[in-house]
Amino acid sequence: MQDAILESAERDLEVVAFRVAGQDFCFDLASVREIRGWTSTTALPHAQPYVKGVINLRGSVVPVIDLSQRLGFGEADPGARHVIIIAVVADQTVGLLAEVVSDILTVTESELQPIPDIVDETVRQFISGVLIQDDKMIRRLELGTILEQEGRHAA
Amino acid sequence: MSLRILAIDDSRTMRNLLKATLCPAGFDVDIAEDGEDGLKRFDDSDPDVVITDINMPRLDGFGFIEAARQRKRERVVPILVLSTESGDDMKARARASGASGWIVKPFDEEKLLWAIERVASKG
Amino acid sequence: MSGSDKEDFRSSFFEECEELLEMTQDGLDAMADDPHDAEAVNSVFRAVHSIKGGAGAFGLEAVVDFAHKFETAMDAIRSGEADLTDDMLDLFRMCGDNLSDLVANARNGDNSPLEASGQLEERLLEITGDLDEEGDAPEFNPVTLDLDADPTDSDMAATYTVTFRAKADLFAAGNDPAALFAALRRIGEVTVEASLDDVPPLSDLNALDCAVLWTVSVTTDRGEADIRDVFEFVEDCCDLEISAPEPVAEALPTTEGAAEDVALVPDLVPDTIEMPDLSDLVSELGEGKEQQGSEETPASPSGQNAPPPAKASEKTTKSANTIRVDLERIDKLINLVGELVIKEAMLSQSVDELDIARGSGVSAALDSLKQIASEIQEGVMAIRAQPVKPMFQRMARIVREAGSATGKRVRFVTIGDYTEVDKTVIERLVDPLTHMIRNAIDHGLESPEDRKAAGKPAEGTITLSAAHRSGRVLIDVVDDGGGINREVVRNLAIERGLIQESDTLTPAEIDHLLFMPGFSSKTEVSELSGRGVGLDVVRSAIQKLGGRVAIHSEPGEGATFSISLPLTLAVLEGMVVEVGGETMVVPISSVQETVRPTEADLDRLGVDSVVLRNRGELVPVVDLGAFFGFRRAPETLEDHVLLLIASDQGPRYALVVDAIQDQRQVVIKSLETNYQQISGVAAATILGDGRIALIIDADTIMRDLGSGGPGEKPMKMAG
Repeated sequence: MQDAILESAERDLEVVAFRVAGQDFCFDLASVREIRGWTSTTALPHAQPYVKGVINLRGSVVPVIDLSQRLGFGEADPGARHVIIIAVVADQTVGLLAEVVSDILTVTESELQPIPDIVDETVRQFISGVLIQDDKMIRRLELGTILEQEGRHAA
Repeated sequence: MSLRILAIDDSRTMRNLLKATLCPAGFDVDIAEDGEDGLKRFDDSDPDVVITDINMPRLDGFGFIEAARQRKRERVVPILVLSTESGDDMKARARASGASGWIVKPFDEEKLLWAIERVASKG
Repeated sequence: MSGSDKEDFRSSFFEECEELLEMTQDGLDAMADDPHDAEAVNSVFRAVHSIKGGAGAFGLEAVVDFAHKFETAMDAIRSGEADLTDDMLDLFRMCGDNLSDLVANARNGDNSPLEASGQLEERLLEITGDLDEEGDAPEFNPVTLDLDADPTDSDMAATYTVTFRAKADLFAAGNDPAALFAALRRIGEVTVEASLDDVPPLSDLNALDCAVLWTVSVTTDRGEADIRDVFEFVEDCCDLEISAPEPVAEALPTTEGAAEDVALVPDLVPDTIEMPDLSDLVSELGEGKEQQGSEETPASPSGQNAPPPAKASEKTTKSANTIRVDLERIDKLINLVGELVIKEAMLSQSVDELDIARGSGVSAALDSLKQIASEIQEGVMAIRAQPVKPMFQRMARIVREAGSATGKRVRFVTIGDYTEVDKTVIERLVDPLTHMIRNAIDHGLESPEDRKAAGKPAEGTITLSAAHRSGRVLIDVVDDGGGINREVVRNLAIERGLIQESDTLTPAEIDHLLFMPGFSSKTEVSELSGRGVGLDVVRSAIQKLGGRVAIHSEPGEGATFSISLPLTLAVLEGMVVEVGGETMVVPISSVQETVRPTEADLDRLGVDSVVLRNRGELVPVVDLGAFFGFRRAPETLEDHVLLLIASDQGPRYALVVDAIQDQRQVVIKSLETNYQQISGVAAATILGDGRIALIIDADTIMRDLGSGGPGEKPMKMAG
């Protein structure tokens, strides 16, 4: 009987885990297109502070988001060791600047936990839960929130 | 030696359908978009059998048959008309124009092949 | 046919339907101009007929049923049985629209009939009345013949004796007893005897008559009906008798011949009968008719006299003037060509650095390469370009529907139907244009009564035009309505806090207020365009395409929306410049002149303003670096270069850059795809060294300066 309950909660999720400003994050592997080493970006005028600039991804212009800045940890100082995770969100391709990619994990839905209190406010708005792996608390990032902006005056 | 069939229809879908049905069945298929085009292909490539639609721009099916029958050939090439009607009227018109037989649309593979078989022996 | 083949056919069919529906519209338009245009009527008939035929093959019953009724009505017109009236023309247009809807539904897998179909069919029936003797639409009646049946299996087998004599007509129509007998073998065991009793001596022989009497024994478990079916085509040009069946006592021994392929003609003729080689006789007589029956080899059924054409390779299908290509392949090609241009630029750069002597083969070869790459690029871009006509026709329907929804009579005029625009651009123009047209009809055009009172024709006119001009595509939506009510617009803007009471705006500026978000100048939400979607959505859609839209309005006379789009989405002749440490590209088409200024040419007005004296005018000077926030405007301009910018969008101005690097063709890469539009920036490009450089939009820089600068609008990331 226990098994039956477990079975229904058991949906495998593959995520890519990485570090930003010393903290661990992850998001669905399905959104990842590739992972590149750091290359310098071309600055965009009048962009939000967390938009580092754009890079040339095999002929396409792709913006790079400084996750550290976006998540409230201050501007990152990217060096050769940093990585850019190329992800697709809605129909936009964006690059996410991170310190390092730590792992690709397969977890079950049931392993996702609600956000504990120790996670501070600024970060809270971007994540939808946490995973505990070994001793690490990996925060699950909702990519949609990274890109969301002040709403349009729409219909 | 496979039989060469000339398929004339102004509808691309029909032409595709005919090709897709006839080629796997072992026929060489030539296509044309209307009666005038059809006459050109008829003269150039000397088909063994012709399948033609009736309603086409420039020269319609009956016009094609009339002209084809006037070509000096050593044999009378069997010509089948593709028709959406199935009544006796249609049959009479077809025969009167010189057609060898008819295929009623929509047709399936068997209908198509059976009609061809009754007017032309395979080599 | 494999599953994926069927899929291809389906898509191909629906594509053809698009063309046929367009043909229908064109034909109806032509009929509107000239009701007696027989070719137009014919073309509409054929188009609907073809849609019906194809739909039948895919089992799309709702489409077939409706198309059949539509076709029948068109047939009545083309045969002269009914005369075309204006009402009928309207009805036919609606039928065309309905057919289009049915096809669209079918494409999505929905084969249910539409409500509208029923009503339209009733009206169509009024035209055709009793003329529609065909009655119901054709149904699927596949003839299922079990061609593989082993006739020796059943114990219900019976032997029929068939006597057959062919009349002259039979041969004249291309039928052939040999084929018929071979076909008979499909349903049973067959033996054939030929009797030459009635064949006259050679001297009296009429080559056109076939006096041979064939007696065929058919042993089959099928009935007489199936035997007759074999002779279906020749029923009325032969003498055919089928005797009563004689049941076969026991199962027939399997003979080799039965299960094999179609028999060879020689088998049908017993060896003991010698038949004269009639074919020789026939060709002597100079007639094209030939009779089968002589010895023939299996290889060529058409007889020795007419060897099949030797070139078996002539299998080429009719080459139309067009071929159809997967859009993905084109996109891939375009990207590759873009890369080619970039690589060529890199090569040029490297060669420059090597400082190879001019006049050496290398430079010439490189120039040549550049030229070729450029031509390939143009050629490839042209492939994706399509005439706007089908899209304009869609708009015609929008006009019809909007007109009827608002109770206004609207005439729709199109100009430049064959102007070619990149396919993706066309697709993305549909929504904005739809909105603008609905808007024009709803808000722009007055009611027929008001129009009459104003001395205008009761029927309003919407004109949609497309043209190429100086490297851009210009699309205009013009209405001859009442124009923009500037009083109302201004007041509403004040009400919404968009402007202050004290602000003075030029008429054009008031007009452009309509592009502000959430703006609707009608207080009640109108059924059509008042869904809360304002013209701001339209403008941003157009901007995403790299274009611009502007309004011009004359009170009492109407309004015009002018859309300007880049023609080639791919390539630009640009001036590569350096400013504030950044490399940027300025489109050559915007640069009138370059100037190295001396203090004498410059005047300072007020705190921050500098102007340049040029061609007798005082031209404002803008620092490109400061505009983009890279740096503060430099104190002196002596070491800088000024680019004189001129366009038809506004007054001239001079852009300050630090140095001009180069002039070359650059490949345009969209910023909007993955980011958003940036004020003053048209797009991006990838330089020879792989770095990205922004391409500036010279026209908007001036405008944005005027409206307080780009920094005031919040940057949005997600689309």
